[in-house]
Amino acid sequence: MAAPIHFWLNNEELRCNEPPGLSVLDYLRKRRRLVGTKEGCKEGDCGACTVLVGELQGRQVIYRPMTSCLMPLGELHGKHLVTIEGINRPELNPVQQAIVQEGATQCGFCTPGIVMSLMGYIMQKGQVVDARGIKRWLSGHLCRCTGYRSLKAVAGHLQTSVGDRPGIENLIRNRWLPEYFAHMPRRLARIAPPVHRDGKPENRLIIAGGTDIYVQRGEELPETDVFLFNLMPKPKGIRLSGKALHIGALTTFEELAAHAQVRRLIPRIREYMHLIASLQIRHRATVGGNIINASPIADIVILFLALDVRLVLQKGRQRRVLPLRQFYLGYKRMDQRPGEILVEVQIPRDVEGCRIHFEKVSKRRTLDIASVNSAICLRSNDDGTIESAAVAVGGVAPVPLFLEKTSRFLEGKSCRPETVLQAVEIAMTEISPISDVRGSADYKRLLTRQLIIAHFTTLFPDKMQVREFYEVH
Amino acid sequence: MKSTDAILHTRGESRYVDDLPQPEGLLHAAVFFSPIAHGRIQNFDVSRARQSEGVVAVLTAEDIPGENQIGPLIPDQELLAEEEVVYIGQPVALIVAQTAETARKAAGRIVLDVEEYPVITDPREAYQKGQIFGTPRTFQLGDVDAAWPHCEVVVEGHCEVGGQEHVYLETQRARAVPGEGRVIRVYSSTQSPYAVQKHVARVLGYPNHLIEVDVLRLGGGFGGKEDQATPWACLTALATWYTGHPVELVLTRQEDMLMTGKRHPYCSDFKIGVTREGKILAYEVRHYQNAGAAADLSPAILERTLFHSTNSYYIPNVRLFAVSCRTHLPPFTAFRGFGGPQGMFVMEAAIARVAEALGMPREEIQRKNLLQENDLFPYGQRVVDCRARRSWDVAMETYRFSAWKKRVEQFNRKHFHRKKGLAVMPICFGISFTATFLNQASALVHVYTDGSVSISTGGVEMGQGLRANITTIAARALGIRPERIKIESTNTTRIANMSPSAASATTVLNGNATLLAIRQIVSRLKSMIARELNLSDPDRVTIHDEKVWYRGSQTGWTWTQLVQTAYGKRINLSAQGFFATPGIYFDKQKEKGRPFAYHVYGTAILEVTLDCLRGIYTIDAVKIVHDLGRPLNRLIDLGQVEGGLAQGLGWMTVEELLFDEKGRNLSSALATYKPPDVYFMPDDLQVTFLENADEPIGPYGNKAVGEPPFMYGIGVFFALRQAMQAFRPRKDYEFKAPLTPERVLLELHREEVRQGCLRPATVESARQSD
Repeated sequence: MAAPIHFWLNNEELRCNEPPGLSVLDYLRKRRRLVGTKEGCKEGDCGACTVLVGELQGRQVIYRPMTSCLMPLGELHGKHLVTIEGINRPELNPVQQAIVQEGATQCGFCTPGIVMSLMGYIMQKGQVVDARGIKRWLSGHLCRCTGYRSLKAVAGHLQTSVGDRPGIENLIRNRWLPEYFAHMPRRLARIAPPVHRDGKPENRLIIAGGTDIYVQRGEELPETDVFLFNLMPKPKGIRLSGKALHIGALTTFEELAAHAQVRRLIPRIREYMHLIASLQIRHRATVGGNIINASPIADIVILFLALDVRLVLQKGRQRRVLPLRQFYLGYKRMDQRPGEILVEVQIPRDVEGCRIHFEKVSKRRTLDIASVNSAICLRSNDDGTIESAAVAVGGVAPVPLFLEKTSRFLEGKSCRPETVLQAVEIAMTEISPISDVRGSADYKRLLTRQLIIAHFTTLFPDKMQVREFYEVH
Repeated sequence: MKSTDAILHTRGESRYVDDLPQPEGLLHAAVFFSPIAHGRIQNFDVSRARQSEGVVAVLTAEDIPGENQIGPLIPDQELLAEEEVVYIGQPVALIVAQTAETARKAAGRIVLDVEEYPVITDPREAYQKGQIFGTPRTFQLGDVDAAWPHCEVVVEGHCEVGGQEHVYLETQRARAVPGEGRVIRVYSSTQSPYAVQKHVARVLGYPNHLIEVDVLRLGGGFGGKEDQATPWACLTALATWYTGHPVELVLTRQEDMLMTGKRHPYCSDFKIGVTREGKILAYEVRHYQNAGAAADLSPAILERTLFHSTNSYYIPNVRLFAVSCRTHLPPFTAFRGFGGPQGMFVMEAAIARVAEALGMPREEIQRKNLLQENDLFPYGQRVVDCRARRSWDVAMETYRFSAWKKRVEQFNRKHFHRKKGLAVMPICFGISFTATFLNQASALVHVYTDGSVSISTGGVEMGQGLRANITTIAARALGIRPERIKIESTNTTRIANMSPSAASATTVLNGNATLLAIRQIVSRLKSMIARELNLSDPDRVTIHDEKVWYRGSQTGWTWTQLVQTAYGKRINLSAQGFFATPGIYFDKQKEKGRPFAYHVYGTAILEVTLDCLRGIYTIDAVKIVHDLGRPLNRLIDLGQVEGGLAQGLGWMTVEELLFDEKGRNLSSALATYKPPDVYFMPDDLQVTFLENADEPIGPYGNKAVGEPPFMYGIGVFFALRQAMQAFRPRKDYEFKAPLTPERVLLELHREEVRQGCLRPATVESARQSD
C-alpha cells in the first residue's frame, strides 16, 4: 500500500489514496466535484482547466499555472493546489473585476482558467504588470468568444489596481486574496517528503512532465503503475563544469529558458520558447521528457541536436554517456537499455562563441506543433569561413534529424549564398518527409530549404540577404 | 450594465450541464460510432461490452421505442445506425455505465464489421452522381446571358473554401432525469430546446408535453448546437427511458470533433463581366455545397449562400446557382453566418480577379459597385436604409485609408521579403430567419409582490449576452433597477414551440416579445393607479427610477407600493408576450420576396505582414465601422463584433479542416486544429459604431450583431493575396481558403516546387509529426 498523497487543496489539508496517475482535473471534477475548473480538451491546448500549483521554495511558496488535465495527482504531494474556488473572496479580485468591466467573458467556459493564470501572474513578486506580460500569461488559453482584445485590456486595469506591487502579501493586504495563503509556507513545510515504494522505476511507466503521455494515453494512467519521476530526489537544476553545462533531465522548459548560463550559451532561447509551448506547458514539460518522447518534431531535441549535447543515462549506479545524435534509431526507437533513465543532458561548453539559431514554422504561429523546425550551430572565423557547422531538422524523417552530410559539407566553406544553396541540395538528399496533417511532403522540403536560408540570413545579415537567394534563381 | 453572468463566470460559479449537482443514481454514457465512412453493417456484436463490469446497458437502434429519426428538415438521419453507416463518427450504439471511463472502455469491446462501399468526399463528384439534397436552387436578376456581350471585360475563376470546426469550449453534452410517471426532464447544451423536446418525444414515441427541456446556459454554440445538440440529448433520454436512471453524456473534445458537423466546405465557379471602368454588369456563380451525409440544415444554409452571393454590391444581371451535395462526411451544419460567408467569399474573389485584370485597385471596384438606396437584391427585396456607402466612407475617413495605403506601399518598397497587404471588406447581411415561420418568439413575465421580476423567453444564453440584453430591455420598459430582474433558464414548460437561438435574431425576437409582455402589465398598473389617484389620463402615467409619475411629476408612489397594491386589488401581475416579425415573406417558386426585416452593413480595413521567405504572417490591424443601430449594451455589442471577426480571420487562415479520401477527419483534436490564440489576433483592433441608424424593428433601435462581423474576416484573405503579389506579382494565385502558411509558401514558390528543385528521396511511411 502506497503512502497517501499529502497536500493542500485550497484551504484544506488532504491525505488521499487515489491512484497517483489520476489526472488532477478528473480528481477535482469527478472525485471532489469542484466544478469551477473546466474540461475543454484534455490535451493542454485550451487552458480551461488551469489551476495554480504552489511549491515551497525556501520560505515562500511559488505558484505556477498548470493545466490540470496533464498533471498526475501523485505529484501534488507536498504542494498547494489552488482552484478557482480557492481564490474567491466575497468581493471580486482585481482580475475578476477587470474581466467584468471589459466584458472579457462571454460564454464563460474559458474564464475560470484565465482568472487562475492571471492571478498566478499578479501573485508573482517582482513581475512587471503590462500588456506584454498579460499576453504571455494568456498564451495557453483559448477563448472562442471574445477575440482577446478585451482580455488584453485587462492589463490596463491591473496596472491601476496592482500596479508595481504584485505579490501575495500585497494581494492579501488589499483583501484580494484569501488570508490563508499567508499560512501556506508553514503548512507545506510540515509535509514529509514522498515515500517511494521500493524506489525503483523498473517495469513501471515513468512520467516526467506528463504533457505528452496524458494526451496519448490519459485514460489508462489511473490504472497504470506509474513512477512519478518528479518526486525523485531531483535530477533537476543546472550547473556549469569545466567542459559542459549540465542540465538535469527534469528541468522544465521554463526553467531552462530562464537560466542565466543557458541564456549566455543560447542568447535567444526565450524567443524560441515563445514559439514552443504555452506558459502552463512550459511549467510542466521537461527537457528529458522531450528527448525520451522521441517525437520527430520535438523542438528542444532539434535545438540540442545542433548543439551536439550528450545524454547521461543511468541504471542503478551505472552511468552511460552518449551523444544525442546517436540516440534515435527509428520512429520512437531509442538506444535506451531496459531500466535506464535519462538523468542529465550536457551542453558542451565549446558552443560558446558559436552562432546559434532556431527556426520553427507551424500552421498557427504560436503554440502549435511545427510543420518543420530547424536549428543550426556554427562557428566561423573573421574572414567568413565556416569552421564548424551543425544543422538539424525536425518533421522530415522518422526521427529528429541531424543533417550530417549537410553539416560536414559546410565546414571549411566560405559564408556565401552559393554555399548555402549547395548545402540545401545536400540537405534534400538527407530528408524524407511524408505528407500528413502538418503539411505535404513538398511543403516540408520547401520549408527545409527556406529555413536553412533563414538561418544564414539571420546569423549573417552582413554577408547575405534574402534577396540574393531569389536573384540567384 | 454589469452582467450577473459575467460575475459568476469569473468566479467559476456559472453552472453548465454537468456542473449541476448530481442526482442520485446518475449513470454515464459513451457513444460507439462508426469507424467507416460508408458501408453496410454485416456483423454487430455488443455482447462483450454488455458483460463488462460496471456496464448497465448497451443500446442500439432496435432498443428505440419510437422513431429512429432526428433529421431537422428532412427525415434522413438515424439516431443510431441500423443497416448502413454513412460517415465516420456516426453513432451506432450507446453504452451506459457507472462511470464514463467504464462506458468508453466497454465501447472498445464492441465488434462492428462493415462491408465497405465507395466513399465520396468531394461535392462535385457527389453532384455528378446525382447525390444531392432537395433540388438545386437558382436566383436570377436581369438577364445574364444578354449582358455578357455588353461587358468589356469578362473573367472567370474557381474557388474553394474549407469547413470550420466550431470549437465551442464546452463540448456537446446532456443529462436526462426521470420524473414522475413517464416524464423525462432533459438538461441540454442546446441552442434549440424545442428541437430537443420534439426529437426526444419522437424517438421515445411520446407526446411533446412529457419531455421537459431546460437550458441554463451554453459554453459557446456558434450554430454548432442549433440542431446538433439534439442527438446527445435524445441518447441520454433514451438511456433514462431504458434504465429508469438519470443519465449524463459528455463528449470528449476528440469525440465531439469527430462526430459533429461543422461549417460547410464549398466549391464554386464564377464568371463576372464589367465595364472598363470597373462597373459590374453581370455575375454568374455556381456553388457546390459539401453537405455531408445527412441534410441537417444544409438546404437552409444553401439558401442563405444565395441570399448573400452578391454581398453588398448591386449587380444588374445575376444568375446564382447552388446545390447541396451528399458526401460521406459528418453532416455539416449551422455556423455563424450560415452559408453567407461562403457566398461572399466568391464575390470578393471575383472582384479581385476583375481588379487584377483591369489593373485597378480592388477597393476601387468594390466602391464603384456598392449598394445604394432602392437597388434590388437578386431575391427581389428592395434596398432601404442602405448604409453600404456610408460605412465605407466613414471607414475610409476615420482610419485614413489613403495615407495608410501609402505607408503600406512604402514599406513594400523598402523590404524585400517582408510584404504588407491591405484589404477593404464591406459586408451586408440580412436579418431574419430565412424560413419565415421561425420569426416568432414568446416571453413570460412575472412580477412578484416584493417587486422582483422573473422573465422567461425562448432565447438561450450562449455567451452572446442575451440575459444582459433582455435585462436591459426589461429594466427600461418597467422603469426599475436591473438588479430586480432575473432571467430564467430556457424551459419548454414555460415557453412553447420556441425557435432556435440563431440567425442573430435572438435579442430582436425575444426582446420584442418581452416588451410586449411587459407592456400588458404596465398598462394594467397604469389603469389601476389612475383609478386610485383619480387621474384622468392613464396614458400620462409613467414609471421610471422605480417611481410612479404623472404628467412628469412624482405621484409619491414607488414601484413596490404599486405592485403590492395591484396584488391586493387582484390585478394580474403576469403576462405572456408574443412577437412575430412583420412584413417578411419569401416565395420559393419565384425565388423572390422580402425575406429580411432589414440588413446590417459595415466596412473593415485589414492589414497583414507576410514573411515571404517562411510563408508566415501576422495580422497587424483590423479597423471596422459597424452598423449597429442603437447600442443596448456597448460591451456586449463590441464583444460580438470582435469575437465574430476572430472566428472569420481564423476560418480564412489557420483553421484547416482536413479529411482524407477515406472520409477520416485528420484534424480532430486541438493539437491538429488551431483556432486563433492571443498572439494571432492583432493588437490594433478598432471598432467604430454607426449609431444613428435607427431600426424600428429592433428593441430600442438595436440591430442584430451576432453573425455579420464574422464576414469582416474574409478581408484577410485578400490582404494576404496583395502581400503575395507585392513579392511575386502574378494573377493566377488560387482562391483557396484557408490560406495557411503552407498554401502561401507553396503558391509563392510554385515554379520551384513544380520543377522538382526539391526532389524527393525515398518515401518512408512512419509517422513524423508527434
